Amino acid sequence: MSQILKRLTYFKRERTSFSGEHGILTTDDRAWEDSYRQRQQHDKIVRSTHGVNCTGGCSWKIYVKNGLVTWEIQQTDYPRTRPDMPNHEPRGCPRGASYSWYLYSANRLKYPLIRGRLLRLWRKAREQHGDPVTAWGSIVEDPDKGKEYKSKRGMGGFVRGDWEEVTELVAAANVYTIKKYGPDRVAGFSPIPAMSMISYAAGTRYLSLIGGVCLSFYDWYCDLPPASPQTWGEQTDVPESADWYNSAFIIMWGSNVPQTRSPDAHFMTEVRYRGTKTVVVSPDYSEGSKFADIWLHPKQGTDAAVAMAMGHVILREWHLDGTSEYFDSYVRQYTDMPMLVKLEKQNGRWVPGRYLRASDFSDGLGQKNNPEWKTIALEEGSDDFVLPHGSIGFRWGEDRKRKGRWNLEPKDARDGKERKLRLTLLDKHDDAVPVAFPYFGGGEQASKHWSHTQHEAILERVVPVRKITLADGEEALVTTVFDLSCANYGLDRGLGGENVAADFDDDLPYTPAWQERITGVPRDRLITVARQFAENAHKTHGKSMVIIGAGMNHWYHMDMNYRGVINMLMMCGCIGQSGGGWAHYVGQEKLRPQTGWLPLAFALDWARPPRQMNSTSFFYMHSSQWRYEKLKISEILSPLADPAQFTGSVVDYNVRAERMGWLPSAPQLSRNPLEIVRDATAAGVDPKEYVVQGLKDGSLGFASEDPDAPNNYPRNIFIWRSNLLGASGKGHEYFLKYFMGAESQHGVLGLDLGKDEGEVKPEEVVWRERAVEGKLDLMCTLDFRMSTTCLYSDVVLPTATWYEKDDLNTTDMHPFIHPLSKAVDPAWESRSDWDIYKTIARKFSEVTQGHLGVEKDIVTVPILHDSPGELAQPLDVKEWKKGECEPIPGKTMPNLAVIERDYPNTYRKFTSLGPLMDTLGNGGKGITWKTEEEVQKLGALNKTVDIEGVSQGRPRIDSPIDACETILMLAPETNGEVAVKAWAALSKITGRDHTHLARPKQDEKIRFRDLLAQPRKIISSPTWSGLESEHVSYNAGYTNVHELIPWRTLSGRQQFYQDHPWMRGFGEDLCVYKPPVDTKTIAPIKGHHPNGNPEIVLNFITPHQKWGIHSTYTDNLIMLTLSRGGPIIWMSEVDAKKADIEDNDWIEAYNINGAITARSVVSQRIPEGMAMMYHAQEKLVHTPGSEMTGRRGGIHNSVTRTVLKPTHMIGGYAQLSWGFNYYGTVGSNRDEFIIVRRMDKVDWLAGAPRHILTKVEGE
Amino acid sequence: MDYFNFLAFGVYPYLAGSVFLIGSWIRFDREQYGWTSSSSQLLSSSGLRLSSNLFHIGIIGIFFGHLFGLLSPYALWQTISLSSLGKQNIAMYGGGFLGILCLIGGGMLWWRRVTNPRIRAAGRGSDLFILSWLLITLMLGLGTTFATAQHAAHGSADTMMAMAQWAKSIVLFGPKPELVAETELIFRLHLIFGMTVFLLFPFTRLVHIWSAPIGYLGRAYQIVRTNRATAH
Repeated sequence: MSQILKRLTYFKRERTSFSGEHGILTTDDRAWEDSYRQRQQHDKIVRSTHGVNCTGGCSWKIYVKNGLVTWEIQQTDYPRTRPDMPNHEPRGCPRGASYSWYLYSANRLKYPLIRGRLLRLWRKAREQHGDPVTAWGSIVEDPDKGKEYKSKRGMGGFVRGDWEEVTELVAAANVYTIKKYGPDRVAGFSPIPAMSMISYAAGTRYLSLIGGVCLSFYDWYCDLPPASPQTWGEQTDVPESADWYNSAFIIMWGSNVPQTRSPDAHFMTEVRYRGTKTVVVSPDYSEGSKFADIWLHPKQGTDAAVAMAMGHVILREWHLDGTSEYFDSYVRQYTDMPMLVKLEKQNGRWVPGRYLRASDFSDGLGQKNNPEWKTIALEEGSDDFVLPHGSIGFRWGEDRKRKGRWNLEPKDARDGKERKLRLTLLDKHDDAVPVAFPYFGGGEQASKHWSHTQHEAILERVVPVRKITLADGEEALVTTVFDLSCANYGLDRGLGGENVAADFDDDLPYTPAWQERITGVPRDRLITVARQFAENAHKTHGKSMVIIGAGMNHWYHMDMNYRGVINMLMMCGCIGQSGGGWAHYVGQEKLRPQTGWLPLAFALDWARPPRQMNSTSFFYMHSSQWRYEKLKISEILSPLADPAQFTGSVVDYNVRAERMGWLPSAPQLSRNPLEIVRDATAAGVDPKEYVVQGLKDGSLGFASEDPDAPNNYPRNIFIWRSNLLGASGKGHEYFLKYFMGAESQHGVLGLDLGKDEGEVKPEEVVWRERAVEGKLDLMCTLDFRMSTTCLYSDVVLPTATWYEKDDLNTTDMHPFIHPLSKAVDPAWESRSDWDIYKTIARKFSEVTQGHLGVEKDIVTVPILHDSPGELAQPLDVKEWKKGECEPIPGKTMPNLAVIERDYPNTYRKFTSLGPLMDTLGNGGKGITWKTEEEVQKLGALNKTVDIEGVSQGRPRIDSPIDACETILMLAPETNGEVAVKAWAALSKITGRDHTHLARPKQDEKIRFRDLLAQPRKIISSPTWSGLESEHVSYNAGYTNVHELIPWRTLSGRQQFYQDHPWMRGFGEDLCVYKPPVDTKTIAPIKGHHPNGNPEIVLNFITPHQKWGIHSTYTDNLIMLTLSRGGPIIWMSEVDAKKADIEDNDWIEAYNINGAITARSVVSQRIPEGMAMMYHAQEKLVHTPGSEMTGRRGGIHNSVTRTVLKPTHMIGGYAQLSWGFNYYGTVGSNRDEFIIVRRMDKVDWLAGAPRHILTKVEGE
Repeated sequence: MDYFNFLAFGVYPYLAGSVFLIGSWIRFDREQYGWTSSSSQLLSSSGLRLSSNLFHIGIIGIFFGHLFGLLSPYALWQTISLSSLGKQNIAMYGGGFLGILCLIGGGMLWWRRVTNPRIRAAGRGSDLFILSWLLITLMLGLGTTFATAQHAAHGSADTMMAMAQWAKSIVLFGPKPELVAETELIFRLHLIFGMTVFLLFPFTRLVHIWSAPIGYLGRAYQIVRTNRATAH
């Protein structure tokens, strides 16, 4: 009926009034409501999730109507927990709830895009040369042609491409690069596989098959806490959020739980109703702070001082003056505190040396296997030395026929008798000598922005010692880690001497009174927290927990922040206890079926080992940030170290680490590895020997020794599932200038070492006056939205969104595995990542013709953690390059492996599971098991390949679902039979039966379609240190404590002490307070380029945001509407007043690294001296030009630069050995400062840019 | 009387009126989601309080002025002893005043619509067009006051009376185009432009006039809908 006629019913209308005449009841037509109801009607609901780097891992219902995704809502069907615990749901947050906006937004990538200039060059070359590989060569070998498209990166200019044409170009570029420069000159970056495992694996499988380099992410993101591998030999393992509910005392330290852990926060708020106390340590009044019973707000960057003072209180009250039987037995059995450490004489002072080892005794204490890797303790109540079970020497190379001794049973390995280890020598010592400890808080080396105390740089404290005679006849002084720790914490134990405090009010490091001056935290409040933390742990046997976050980890000296906290937890026996421990949630999305995934992702089924690289060193090197390094080693070196042993620039340490087999390299050697093998074979020499000889005589080098040489830098890069340039790219402007060659786009404002008088150039690296700008010939990005990274790419391939593909997702926040699934087909011309790489692999195989056949490739592999090789360099650091030792692969230099690459069969291999699974089996974290049975079952499930050729008869992996099934079949976490096998494999090494942990679930096999029905709880496996059972929530270190499985460290225990020579050299053998480093980015530029407004200098903090997850959602209109609609920087009222800034003013933040434009948020939340910019706010939304540079204002990383830390490069040394995303250099960023001022003119760059800076300072 | 005047003042009024009524009806029936004033206040509110109010007060006043002035019966004026000259003076001064208010406000709105980049980007062509049309019509209307002033100076209200007669003839379906065919050009232009406003009405944001929430003035505090199941 007509809408108007329906309304013309005046006389027919019933009018019932009520409440006098105040209300009426109408009978008006209500059909208009239908349209709103129909909006909510749907044809189907599909389960998927958001493959985003937030660690949320929330299962969602996706509503589909007429083939379009209409909206999403939280799933509420997780398996229940236990009767005494809250359930997991609802999980989700407003960010996720707005995701469906992306699918049909203007920002969606719909077609393959290619830089127009490149396409023109390509078509012309293709016409001229016919062969695509030759055509590509003709473009990139011509500097003018290269510059024509490289220099325009970031300037728009994309045209719509055709899938066939564009993927052919990409494949041709790969083939050309492999042929001319080597497969290790092709790289790929994608983070966090757990957020969408198949998508990740698609790219890395392709790269691994062609010999390309897979770049790490966890370390580069600075989410990796190096303290975890140092202390535990574990990358990171944490409790699931449900375990918060088992805690009785929670400290949220630098972690903003309600804001950044939204789906999990309910466990924290719920447990408070049970009486759990919550303490928040955060410099700003964060969302989390309002949940605090006590809120401590130390000066940002000084958390280690707070932790050290708390440790001081705990040791004093619970280990020295008072006692706790629980703490005492815990530290004896589960930490290195009873282990003996040898003292060394240095410059006339005693300093802590290395652990005493079995090899120090005349007969190696009867140990033929690895005596250098077995630590020693003393027995309580006697003078006998004990060779405790569990040190890393027992892990590898032991006689497999005897019962394993790699366990934490309190026994002597020689006779198997129980021994109680002696914790301290205080009651029975031969002598008490002053031992020197470094003190970094004295202000001599440190930046003026932090408060300092006047204590000496070297503090001597008296330590009780035993005198022993070693095998070589040396009279040695030894003491325990416990005694050293007490001295390190500055505790007076009645031994006399200086620098030890008997009272908390003494002004000595590390008393509560001392920290007050540095952190500003009132001592009484700190003492209260420390006391209650320990008292609770004592009463509950370890149910005190620290939830720790990026606020602690993103500092240059994050190890000290973390080890300070970890020490507290270890002192109180909290690690490995339900409801206790260290809960680090920073980008740590747990890839639960990891060992099932690894073969798929790195093509281990076809060739081992893959090429893996630590991104931090890679990008530091190839975006030429090393050329701007202003941090001198002398500024971070221990005052106790011999400076002559620690010379050179930071990059030198990286190069040395690569040569010694500590860190990986990419590109690896200075020549094409295919060519190396060819030449070696032609010369009739074993390629490995050929390489060793070449390195020795200097005819061959590492690529990093001369990174600007034409053959030594990466040429092609793939970026997928990532916004490298818009989010994680520390030193953004250097990326633009050197990596991309976007000459009219970068805003680098400083001088490199060559132009800066008085700066020291590197020793190990060739300095070329002109660095290469535009190293990449091809940058290919896969994304579903036009991100900042896409803007700078040459080829952008449209990928399926999270509602358009089949994939798997897991997280550390909950124990379930659940799927992403295809609610609708990929819209427009987009394809899933798996299909895209499959297409590229097909094209690649086609265009190899005439260029690449079956080739031999030589791969360098660093000494890997969790491999027998980790016992490489036991006692000291020796460099073959300096002639201190011979270059021996896998021992004093990287391992070498020759691998056959059947290039024309790349596609066949990509789409089937290779034969190495049958012959070599599968495994992870140091254990292996056979897997033929699973391969057979997978063949039956996925069907086998029937086309003749290399893959005939192998299980198929055609579709993403096939790939999911491969993972689920091979992983112990999703296949109970494999779990039992894995536990059995571990049992052999530990000598204890662990299979009971998986037996109840032996018959369980999770399939992809099971997950579509409901998220499934994973099965406990030895890959992880916690259990998933009906009795406990997942907690890290649980099996170490309850199953007596050693930590994968040198001593097999949690380590307070780090005895590697470099750790001692940099003063981090024990935890100390170190103030943030001085990045020197302000002085050369401050006040030189006035715009008329006052300038202030603030510390630049980039926490996780409220309206986005990294850069995802910060271009989403719904989220932008909830915040300020564009980039913002928070600052305090006091600072704003000084700089004459009002809320919402346009401001510019800059230093010599670059410039950012944003609006100001002036808030009482922020303390004085600090600015906060939620990181990864996309520069493509509402970002005007910078007044300084005249270029578009940057992202948060425009003002940062990567600064490496040498201790993170250590390798070949038990837990301090490299592993992909396990250990290595990390991209810290919080020690940075910015100059902030109100903008005078806001220029949207519609016309010609105006800018203040006409040339770079000093140029 | 020539064909043109017959078409313009005998046929065109019915054409415009029909499009106005039937068009509004169709649009209301078929495009409920497009039935809106398309306010741009959200994009930029600065200065809008003054300009929008001036414009709306002016144009509403003018509308009712025309309505009463043209359609109220002559007998009504006689009962209140208002001479035709007196009425003409009211129309001139009252209409002139309101017209100037409307012109100032409308001019400001027009300027805003042309210069403000956000509104220019978000606004539709029809918005600017109808506003411009109204302003031209308004200026023509103001132009007629000068002609009327001259008539008044000669003591004549004939033209005004003829206009009213013509309007009534149209409304009563007995069109007498010859009544206005001989008037000055400006009057006729104003009429044509004015009638065209009705013609354009259903195709523009002007439809919001239909939905002026006058009912709110007298509505009950609480309005409760009946359950759908029982309502039908």
